[in-house]
Amino acid sequence: MSAHDNTAQPPNAANAFAGVLRRDLLLAWRRRGDALLPVLYAVIVATLFPFALGPEHALLARIAGGVVLLTVLLAMLLALDALFRGDLEDGALEQMLLAPQPLALLVTARMLAYWLVTALPLLLVAPLLAYMLGLPPAVQPVLLLAMLLATALLALLGTVLTALTVATRRSGMLLALMLLPLAVPIVIFAAGAVGAAQQGLPWVAPVAWLAAALALAVVLAPLACATALRIALDS
Amino acid sequence: MNAFKLWYHKLGSPPYFYLFAGYIRPWLWAIALLLTAVGLYGGLVLAPPDYQQGDAFRIIYVHVPAAWMSLFIYGVMAVSAFIAVIWKPKMAEVLAMESAPIGAAFTLIALVTGSLWGKPTWGTYWTWDARLTSELVLLFIYLGVIGLYHAFENPRQGARAASFLAIIGAVNLPIVHYSVVWWNTLHQGTTVRYFGPSDIVPSMLWPLLVMTIATKFYYGASLMDRSRVALLSLERGKDWVSEVVRTERADG
Amino acid sequence: MDKFLAMGGYAAYVWPAYAVFFAVLAGNVIATALRRRRVLRELRGRLQRQGARRPRVSA
Repeated sequence: MSAHDNTAQPPNAANAFAGVLRRDLLLAWRRRGDALLPVLYAVIVATLFPFALGPEHALLARIAGGVVLLTVLLAMLLALDALFRGDLEDGALEQMLLAPQPLALLVTARMLAYWLVTALPLLLVAPLLAYMLGLPPAVQPVLLLAMLLATALLALLGTVLTALTVATRRSGMLLALMLLPLAVPIVIFAAGAVGAAQQGLPWVAPVAWLAAALALAVVLAPLACATALRIALDS
Repeated sequence: MNAFKLWYHKLGSPPYFYLFAGYIRPWLWAIALLLTAVGLYGGLVLAPPDYQQGDAFRIIYVHVPAAWMSLFIYGVMAVSAFIAVIWKPKMAEVLAMESAPIGAAFTLIALVTGSLWGKPTWGTYWTWDARLTSELVLLFIYLGVIGLYHAFENPRQGARAASFLAIIGAVNLPIVHYSVVWWNTLHQGTTVRYFGPSDIVPSMLWPLLVMTIATKFYYGASLMDRSRVALLSLERGKDWVSEVVRTERADG
Repeated sequence: MDKFLAMGGYAAYVWPAYAVFFAVLAGNVIATALRRRRVLRELRGRLQRQGARRPRVSA
């Protein structure tokens, strides 16, 4: 993390945060093929939907928002399991736990990196997928906003759950099972907002709920994640 | 008050809890069985058929207590889990982890009986109404806790991780319920339906209350049994366990 | 008795519901009993392999 720092003092908190962030982004860049796998997955699934349901425009337009939202969230799940595994295997995770900087801060950097690497490309691709499925253009901004909040929430909460399973085997299936109950309200409110906008009904309330949840999660999730890591690694 | 506090602290010690649980378990089982017999006799034989649902409403006597227990047990589990995570006493971990399967069992019963009740009353085995959907999510939460607990090689570590998850689930549960209720109102065509008989008379009500209490005693009895087995396994190196193994028969 | 079993025509729903109730709760009890038997068997075997130990007053 701070291998190039040649002073005797440990980096301050901001530097440590930046260090973790920079490292994660650099590692993702070096394996950018893998990093784009979730995007490919989303494109494939969204494209297959019309083949499964028929090209009738009215039907597709009605489900477009929900399909794109779900596809993006599931695609994020693909990358979630491996979030801490690499660091666990080479011992970097233990170093993070032992670092003088607050663990909550370091995992925040990890959460941000995860969102930037996984969610951001998906958010860039999502409007295109929604358009292909016939989402009315007027609804696109609401979809984007709902997905912004939903993916951020998933990044924060999903990381906490991943931390709990970091040292267990077969964790992918278990992680998905653990994630479902947390995903239900997120999906309901995000898709509800899009659906409401599509029908010309007020959509601000569910979006406000998501935003409020996000504000809470930004504060609590890093702390919860740090606790989860300590429990899972028994330190 | 002092004697109670002393007894409460003694319960935190595994060998003492083992003895205490062994002592009260026959009573808990006896009361559970007795109340069940009384409640079901009242519900199946004594209570009159419902004006609208006929005899189908009698499913209430297993469905509603199961649904209430699924939530009650989660509450007990969450409190135990909270104590386990903060103060780390072994007994809190055991009680939390051994409650989870019982809670999941009741949740499963609630779902299946609810489904069987839905068919004659609403015409369909499954519907995404707020209560059934919330029960389904609750089942997933239970399964997640159980799965996480068993995914660890070290049971104490697994118990702490699963307890942490149980607490997250407890916070999540009301959020899920609220969001599902809202979701149901959002989509016209699925009105929130009431499950019960059209008009509750006292002769219909008292068996339900009896069954509610009966299931609580079942939970207590089963929890005592499960906890005893768990303690034998967790404390296997200790002298008190060796003593128990030596003196107790298999069905003791 | 027949009237009781018929449950006003709803027998196909009422009795399976009660069956599930009893089956699942009984399953829990049986599973616990089997587990207890297994654990005791294991521990007994372990104790025998360690040879006779002088029993001390339990903690």
